[in-house]
Amino acid sequence: MDDTLRLDAAFVDYALVAVYFAVVLLIGVAARRSVSDSLDFFLSGRSLPAWVTGLAFISANLGAVEIIGMSANGAQYGMPTMHYFWIGAVPAMLFLGVVMMPFYYGSKVRSVPEFMRRRFGTGAHLVNALSFATAQVLIAGINLYLLATIVEALLGLPLWVSLIVAAAVVLGYITLGGLSAAIYNEVLQFFVIVAALLPLTLIGLDRVGGISGLVEGVTDGPGGTAELSTWPATDLSGFENPVWSVVGVVFGLGFVLSFGYWTTNFVEVQRAMATNSMSAARSTPIIGAFPKMFIPFLVVVPGMIAAVLVEEVVALKADTGEAPPGVDYNDAILLLIRDVLPNGLLGVAIAGLLASFMAGMAANISSFNTVFSYDLWQQYVIKDRPDEYYLRVGRWATVGATVAAIGTALIAAGYSNLMDYLQTLFGFFNAPLFATFILGMFWKRMTPTAGWMGLVSGTLAAIAVFVANEVGILDFPGQGGAFVAAGAAFVVDIAVSVGVSRVTAPKPARELVGLVYSETPEADRTDPDAAKLPWYRSPTKLAGIALVLVIALNVVFA
Amino acid sequence: MSSSGKGRPGRRRSAGAFDVRNVIAELIGLYGLVLVVVGLIDRSEATLAKTDGVNANLWAGLGMLVFAAAFALWSRLRPVVVDRGRDDRPGEQGGA
Repeated sequence: MDDTLRLDAAFVDYALVAVYFAVVLLIGVAARRSVSDSLDFFLSGRSLPAWVTGLAFISANLGAVEIIGMSANGAQYGMPTMHYFWIGAVPAMLFLGVVMMPFYYGSKVRSVPEFMRRRFGTGAHLVNALSFATAQVLIAGINLYLLATIVEALLGLPLWVSLIVAAAVVLGYITLGGLSAAIYNEVLQFFVIVAALLPLTLIGLDRVGGISGLVEGVTDGPGGTAELSTWPATDLSGFENPVWSVVGVVFGLGFVLSFGYWTTNFVEVQRAMATNSMSAARSTPIIGAFPKMFIPFLVVVPGMIAAVLVEEVVALKADTGEAPPGVDYNDAILLLIRDVLPNGLLGVAIAGLLASFMAGMAANISSFNTVFSYDLWQQYVIKDRPDEYYLRVGRWATVGATVAAIGTALIAAGYSNLMDYLQTLFGFFNAPLFATFILGMFWKRMTPTAGWMGLVSGTLAAIAVFVANEVGILDFPGQGGAFVAAGAAFVVDIAVSVGVSRVTAPKPARELVGLVYSETPEADRTDPDAAKLPWYRSPTKLAGIALVLVIALNVVFA
Repeated sequence: MSSSGKGRPGRRRSAGAFDVRNVIAELIGLYGLVLVVVGLIDRSEATLAKTDGVNANLWAGLGMLVFAAAFALWSRLRPVVVDRGRDDRPGEQGGA
């Protein structure tokens, strides 16, 4: 690529990046040698304070996709992007804390494939493990692609060389123990990212003439005033009719995609399990919801600023063919960083971005590794070997997944707005999973056969909508295609599961204890000490406050 | 730091150097310090043009120093207590 997207990093910037990774790797080494019982305390998660797990909870999600994808969306669509936070993530996090967490904490369920195996048996487990492994490699590809974009912007290498360099760096990070202190690093990472994004947003706002300058710039831009209010988001959803647009956003994005993502994402849920009481576990996503509400001001707003301030993004948006080749919306925040941050702050920004992309990809790869070696290889291919054997399989799986991610990164590179791609993937994988999961959890009559058939038909329905949209039978230009695919997957999954359950035999009730809500004893789902907590530590009261706040945000920016 | 990681006094003591708040304070504090120095040295036209004349490094650096001091103070005033009595599942961590 030419020099449009080169970050002019100086010695001080590289030094700041080096300091960050030195700290992370030192913590990793210290953790693996178990040098201190107070470090063990922070890692093993014995009674971690809820604010730590709450921050780790959102930081595990504040990765490449969130930063690059949401700013790309902000640049392209403006304020409607806020729906991902205020209709999507925050209500789903509150639901997770208030309704689902007591059940997770009380039952013995510790991962989605494990739940599938115990609730539905082999069929659903195999389907879920395969689809989970595929999803992880595809999402790792997105993280790798974005990591490579930064390497490319720093060193000016061609994309394929950057991909290989980035993949090698991630492998090094995993091998050197970068994941052994995950919660610890996530909290650290959160503050570095905010330290980079906050000045970026403030200086950017100052450059465009403050909030009034931004409003003026966007109003005069190609999107006009529709980009200044969150509703009805017709450009984002691709529905021309505003009513259908609202339905699409609320049901597709808000309910199926977001509830599906947050309630079945056990990388996230495990952060909450690392607390000492059920109330603290419930508080984790609820405390995380507070910063989560305000993160869009640090990712979506910079995207909007870029669409007004950065020459290349302005040209891209005007769509007159003057934009330099190779520039797309995914570059919005990097271009803004290039234009706005001086050397010094630039280093902080690069450290934050590299850290979160790398940690994100490493987490995908290690999830893949676990599912591949224990859920697939051990269950279905070669059983009953010593643990050491499966660890060795896991190491090869790590290398294999990293190499495969180079391939999937090339798919990601084909999308000019990564949110389109990511939401499509979530429609394929998360929406049917959520339907099967929630139905299996609340309906004890659901049978093992319905488990795997629901999953398969839901995924096929999403793929069918995707293909129909690609070949032009349906026409949703924005992220509406993904919302519709997710909605279809959910509805088809539920319909097939209910239909199949009617004609097949359910499992006996005694095998469903801890797996189905009604069969789990009340005592396992409640915290005996809940009544004694002050209001600021009571999960339901905090959730109430968060709900009021998020509704206020929705109204103020409507 | 109030106590090093290796001493073994009573059964309950503060998390000290490995309290995540102290690590945050140290890292952000160091970043703040570097940025303040860069802000004082580098006041070239090209740098200031990017930020519309605001010395961004200096102000961001000062902000980070204040933040770091607040975190250090917080962990000093309300230390996280490590309970050495319980030892259920040491050192298990990672993704799903």
